[in-house]
Amino acid sequence: MNEQQRNYVLHTVEERGVRLVRLWFTDVLGNLKSFAISPAELENALEDGMTFDGSSIDGFSRVQESDVLAVPDPNTFEVLPWGDPKNAEARVFCDIHNLDGTPFEGDPRQVLRRNLEAARSMGLTFYVAPDMEFFYFAPPVRGQAPEPLDEAGFFDLIASDVSGSLRKQTIRTLEAMGIPVEYSFHEDSPSQHEIDLRHNDVLSMADSIMTFRLVVKEVAASQGVYASFMPKPLEGVQGSGMHVHLSLFNGEDNAFYSADDDYNLSPIAKQFMAGLLRHAAEITAVTNQTVNSYKRLVPGFEAPVHISWARNNRSGLIRVPIPKKGNPSATRIEYRSPDPACNPYLAFSVLLAAGMRGVREEYELPAEADANLFQMDDAQLLKLGIDQIPSSLGDALRVMEDSSLVAEALGEHIFEWFLRNKRNEWRAYKAHVSSFEYDRYLRSL
Amino acid sequence: MSGTPAEMLAIYPEAPPPDLARTLDLAGYRWKAVSGADDVVRNEPPAGWAGAVVSTDTDPEGAWALCRALRKRDVPVAPLLLLVGGGQLAELALRDELFDDFCLTPFHPVELEARLRHLLWKGGGGVKPDVVEYSELALNVETYQASIEGRPLDLTYMEYELLKFLAQNPGKVFTRELLLSRVWGYEYYGGARTVDVHIRRLRAKLGEEHQNLIQTVRSVGYRFGQSRWG
Repeated sequence: MNEQQRNYVLHTVEERGVRLVRLWFTDVLGNLKSFAISPAELENALEDGMTFDGSSIDGFSRVQESDVLAVPDPNTFEVLPWGDPKNAEARVFCDIHNLDGTPFEGDPRQVLRRNLEAARSMGLTFYVAPDMEFFYFAPPVRGQAPEPLDEAGFFDLIASDVSGSLRKQTIRTLEAMGIPVEYSFHEDSPSQHEIDLRHNDVLSMADSIMTFRLVVKEVAASQGVYASFMPKPLEGVQGSGMHVHLSLFNGEDNAFYSADDDYNLSPIAKQFMAGLLRHAAEITAVTNQTVNSYKRLVPGFEAPVHISWARNNRSGLIRVPIPKKGNPSATRIEYRSPDPACNPYLAFSVLLAAGMRGVREEYELPAEADANLFQMDDAQLLKLGIDQIPSSLGDALRVMEDSSLVAEALGEHIFEWFLRNKRNEWRAYKAHVSSFEYDRYLRSL
Repeated sequence: MSGTPAEMLAIYPEAPPPDLARTLDLAGYRWKAVSGADDVVRNEPPAGWAGAVVSTDTDPEGAWALCRALRKRDVPVAPLLLLVGGGQLAELALRDELFDDFCLTPFHPVELEARLRHLLWKGGGGVKPDVVEYSELALNVETYQASIEGRPLDLTYMEYELLKFLAQNPGKVFTRELLLSRVWGYEYYGGARTVDVHIRRLRAKLGEEHQNLIQTVRSVGYRFGQSRWG
């Protein structure tokens, strides 16, 4: 490790009077995990890592080989902007290693690092910018539908703007943690908000999303409000997505841009899109990993259902936004199905793997689908060769099972654990008798 | 940590040998003569002493007492250069902790200057500022800490290194490539976009009132602070 980087971290801990250093990492399902060490232990942790029992973490070790090492990434060391400044706390993201120092195959951050190599070996950097949607609710009551804070609509300004001030405070905290915000606004549904993060390299962005979800929830909780990234919390209104804007850069140059093309898209951009489209069904269980995710992916709510692309058609899976003032470096594609309840490390891994497969094998991009696909019937769609995104977690898992691309991208360890865990979730859901069924069947049958 | 670097040297005895005063003046050092340990405290400049030159020629007992006092403070005065006559060399034995270097009297002005310059360079104090300041921004390169309007800025290592480089070169326009090579090193793989990302993060942390400390110079790169040409 870079000596100066380490000194920087150690000095900062001393100068700022940091009392507690939180070591952050992520389990396979995308939950942020943390354990705290005292500053006295930090030097040792930076040098050798900290041993802990991985069998207590979802998707980590099998019990017989349970100890793993958390090795802090000093690049991600930040003093946390909340809490008592006299008892400052800091966080640092960790990579998880086996005791022999090799990357631990159950660590999503290491999985993303490995997938980055595919682009890196071609001299390309992968940049992403997610649009994060979420809801504010009154504190939830078990078994009851959540209660929105307001009834305002898209871009509305409302008088007693509780959620607006929450959003502002959230943005201030994010910016203080080096997570720049591009836009933020009140979304379509009651109490729904969107915060768009400015593009960054994909590993930093996955870290930022983990921080983002915590900051949104912490700020809300400090005001007695509950923030949720559940993909479809309210029936009948739009759910929460995480559209991902993607681009590849070759040094200074946007590798997706071409001046000679009608769409201003380079061959690499088209092959990358073709890769995403061809493998979209296989990667959906990862980008949309809950039973509830598939209640968002239905017609009529601006969420994609069809595996297609277009420039200005929001019903497709991939949209190609037209960059402002034809700025070449802003050329990007927007992949619209993921939701904010995903594991960002794994979601970015499969997106990158699918896109790069298209580039490596020079896939052909299908024609643009610029009609409103929601108005077409199945026969018309079949004629156009347009498939649909899996319509349930069960369907998505069945497609994923047979995907060598996803198995390779996630590695056998996570691939198998994820399938096992999610099949159980699907089975539990299948066995659940819902209020839909009582309302519809109990009296009439 | 005080804002300005220490630059004042303490000289003993109170009536310093004329050739010492002349050598220091010609070399451009600022100095103040002191009569003893109490005087060192009474006359201490706000930024502290940059070091001391103590001559044992006139009053060896007083000189050693002063050296001990300077070293026993919470923040010892360093570096300490001793001027000793050839007949006193034996007195240096078992007193190694009391001085950093010595010069035989009568000294050669060039030698004294060279020894002093080297001592100050080694200590990093005095002539080499350890605080970079621009407007409301202060960076302490010794402790790696940054603050704006006295409020600490929490930066990651690379954000800190980038801000330090910019603040050390105010008014100059740098291309992304140059920033990448100087701050990250050429072997860094992320490409010049990395610079944009870090500039944006720095601006976010500087806050709305101060984010224009870093200016974008269209189709060239970035500049910290005002242009030299107004």
